[in-house]
This record gives sequence, C-alpha cells and structure tokens, in this order.
Amino acid sequence: MAPILSIKNVRKAYDDGFEALKGVSLDIEEGEILALLGPNGAGKTTLISTVCGITMPTAGTVTVAGHDIVRQYRAARSLIGLVPQEIALEPFEKVINTVRFSRGLFGKGRKDSAVEDILRRLSLWDKRNNQIRELSGGMKRRVLIAKALAHDPRVLFLDEPTAGVDVELRKDMWDIVGQLRADGVTTILTTHYIEEAEAIADRIAVINDGEILLVEDKDKLMTRMGQKQLIVQLTDPLSKVPAALADYALVLGKDGQSLVYTYDTKSERTGITRLLQDVAKAGLHLRDVETQQSSLEDIFVSLVHKGEDAA
Amino acid sequence: MNWSAVRAIYVFEMARFFRTIAQSLISPVLSTSLYFVVFGAAIGSRIQEVEGVSYGAFIVPGLVMLTVMTQGISNASFGIYFPKFIGTIYELLSAPVNFLEIVMGYVGAAATKAMFIGVVILITSFFFVDITIQHPLAMVAFLVLTCVSFALFGFIIGIWAGSFEQLQLVPLLIVTPLVFLGGSFYSISMLPPVWQTISMFNPVVYLISGFRWSFFGLADVPILTSLLAIAGFTGLCLGAIWWIFKSGWRIRQ
Repeated sequence: MAPILSIKNVRKAYDDGFEALKGVSLDIEEGEILALLGPNGAGKTTLISTVCGITMPTAGTVTVAGHDIVRQYRAARSLIGLVPQEIALEPFEKVINTVRFSRGLFGKGRKDSAVEDILRRLSLWDKRNNQIRELSGGMKRRVLIAKALAHDPRVLFLDEPTAGVDVELRKDMWDIVGQLRADGVTTILTTHYIEEAEAIADRIAVINDGEILLVEDKDKLMTRMGQKQLIVQLTDPLSKVPAALADYALVLGKDGQSLVYTYDTKSERTGITRLLQDVAKAGLHLRDVETQQSSLEDIFVSLVHKGEDAA
Repeated sequence: MNWSAVRAIYVFEMARFFRTIAQSLISPVLSTSLYFVVFGAAIGSRIQEVEGVSYGAFIVPGLVMLTVMTQGISNASFGIYFPKFIGTIYELLSAPVNFLEIVMGYVGAAATKAMFIGVVILITSFFFVDITIQHPLAMVAFLVLTCVSFALFGFIIGIWAGSFEQLQLVPLLIVTPLVFLGGSFYSISMLPPVWQTISMFNPVVYLISGFRWSFFGLADVPILTSLLAIAGFTGLCLGAIWWIFKSGWRIRQ
C-alpha cells in the first residue's frame, strides 16, 4: 500500500545559510503512530512546518495521499491537521467558535453535530461558551487538538502535545491518540518524553542535526538495540573481578558488592547459565540477582551521541 | 474557491467587531461630533459657504472619508497583525486557502466595519446639518471602493509591521497627513496655485473630491479621474498582496 505521507530528500535552508533539514526522507503508512524524537534544534518542528505549508522546502518533495504539498496544496492540506507546539489561540473568542472557524477554514461547511462530537470527545463541551482566556493551560491544549481535528484530517501532526502538561492530562492525550488510531487517523508526534514514544508509538524516527538517523518499528528497535544487564549482588565484597570470570567482561559494581554482566537479548545464548555456574565455581556467594532492560531513552542518547561522534 | 474559508475568516473577524461594538462606534461618533462643533459651528459660522454649499455640509463627505480611510486601515492591519503577534497565523498558513481567499475574508470584514462606521457618521451628520445626496449610487460606489482599497492598504501594513508601534506608524505619519491635506475640510481651489499643484500628487484628493461630487455635484478633479485613481490604488494594493503571498514576504519562511 502506498504511504499516506511520503517525504523525499527534503531540504530546508534559511536565508542566513543555516540548513535545518539536510535531505530528509520518510514514508509514513496510513493509520500508524510515528514518534519523531530528537534533541532541541534537531529539525523536528521545521519538518512538520514544511509538510504543513508553514515553511517552504528548499528542495525535495512531500506528498500526502499522493497530493504534492506545493502543486496540489489544497488537496494535501485539507487532509492534514496540525497541533502546534506553542499555545496559539485567539484569547477573546469562544471555544466553539474557534473550532467552527478551523472547520470552515479547511473548506468544510458548518456542521454543528461534528463540532459537538469533537468537543465532547475532548471533554470541552461544557466549556464551549467560555472565552479561551478563561481556560487552563491543559484545556487550551485540548482546544488546539479540537481545532486540528475540526475538518476530519487523515494525518495529524502533534508537535510536543504534552510539553508542560500534568501526568493525568498526558495520559488523557495518549488515550485521545489511541482513539484517533482506531478511527484510522495517522499520527506523527514529536516529543521530548521518551516514555511517551515508548507508550504510544508504533514506529520511532530519530532526527538530529537535520538528518534522520533511524526509522524503525518500536518493538524491533527495543529488541534490536535493547541490551540487558544482569546484576549479581555478592555477600562478600571483591577488590577485582576474579580471573576465572575474565571471559564475561564483567564490571565490578559499587564497593565491590556486585558484578554487572551485559548481554544481548536477541542472541540465542545469553551466557547467563554458564556465568552463574562459573560464579559458583569461583567460590562467590550470591545475595541477590536482578536484571535491567535499557530504555528507549538510552537507545536515543546512544544514537544521537554516535551521530555526533561520527561527525 | 474555498468559499467556506472566506466565510469563516469573515465571520471570525466580524465577531471581533461585535464584541467591541461600543468602543468601535462611540469613539468615531464622538470625534465626528466634535469636528462638527469645532469646524462646522465655530469656524464654519465665519466661513459661511464654499462654492454655494454651507461649510458644515461641505465637510461631511470629507469627515466620512477621513473615518472610513482610517478605520479601513486600522481594522485590516490589526486583523492580520494580531494572528501574527499571538501565533495563530500558523493555522492560516497551513489551511487549503490561497491569497485571494485570505484577502477576501480579512479585507472584506475590515471594509464592512469601516463602511458600517462611515454610515453611522453620515447618519450622525444629519443631526447637525442639512444635506442632500445628489448621486446616491455614486456615493455608495465611492464609499465601498474607498473602504476596500484602504482595507487592502491596511492589510499590507499589518503584514509588514513587526510591532504594534510600526502598526501605528504608517497611519500616523503618512495617512493622517494625506487625509487632512486631501481636502477633507476645504476645497483645493481655496489653496494658492503652488499648493494646488502639490495637492494633485496626493491620492486622497481624488477620493474626497469624487465622494464630495456624489453629494453636491462639486469636484476638485474630474469624476472619471477620481474613479481611475481609486481603481489604480486598489489594483496596486492587490498586486502588492499577491506578491507578498507568492514570495512569502514577512509571513512564510
């Protein structure tokens, strides 16, 4: 199936010569949730702004459901909804009117039942006649989402939707994204919160310094790059790793009270059985054993650093 | 054409006007009444008549023009500057709309507001002086064209402006002097010959002259010249806006 969003060799250079995007290519399948991760200034927002028509690409092409974003901008843009990073709303307008405005702006006729449905889904119906300035920060973010959904887009961009919101609202946002997926909406979200990507994304793309470093299925990525550590707590402290255990590349833990063994979860033999046998043979007594899985955050940090080292 | 976008922008902008209807109306009505008191009653009693028309009545077209020009500029410039200032312009730039639809929405609303206030001023003037409108259709045409063209000009100022100070700068330094020196309160023929020649370079002269002709049949310049001037000004503004959206100047990087 053709991807719903296809980005090919997109470059964006600003007048001052700064190149924010250096030939980004990315295909996004219909109905998936893609998390775009990257440090500040990596090019996340520039990429979104380029797809949405807010900035013009210097080179490359972007198509949305086959429609070129420059030549067929009407067809392309009417399929896209954008929730910006900053809360930008007309403070004196009523909630319901600002959502109606967005619907009209994107070419859809007035349909009160559709607007009501969106406002109810986002728990905004009771606030529909409030002026935006009377709402809390979290409610304003909901209004931004309601506006982005007002014209029934097939692709939704969420640019750091949960930046600065409390835990409860963040969970609500995740639920909303889950519901949208059930409705077949493709979602691309940028985030600083790795656990957010881990919790809701199907695929992860990592961008740094205007280049995509990696695009991969989240679970595969976790398996492929996920390393696990076995931590063996000892009853008696050691001053160094016994020579008999030299083959395992063990690291002596704090105060010599533990041995840390790093192994690859994807390999057929992890070596744990043999290690534990050899530990016993070496005459060491175990107090406890625990394992730790590396998180997406570790993967992300190592990827970004690897890119920097290569540069 | 994305007509629902035009409608959405228009309705949204008009809602802003109706939210502040009291301020929108009280201020121009009050200042116009003051003009009538000062120029019409106090000074006008010494001037008597200008080309057969009482001075109080003579200044009515100029006052209406003065109001619609400044209102058209301020409404349209604020209308497009405010989304830039608070960041909501992102929605406009990412929407499936072209420059004409954006302009029709914003400029249409700004021109409507200006015309609304212009009509209120005209009605107010009926309480102060006796006036008859000889060419009502021409009067409406001049009023509409002036509202639209100055709203277009205001739209350009709104896109250009990088701060609220700049938003005030052009109306204050250029438009107000041109309007005051454009014959709002006098006939160009009352000026010394040199100033008459200089005045011919002021585009506002043609608008006020044409508008005044629709009231009294009196004009400083031929009516066709007035129409051409206003059409040219409208075309110039439209061309500039077309270029702005094509190049993305000050709005799209």
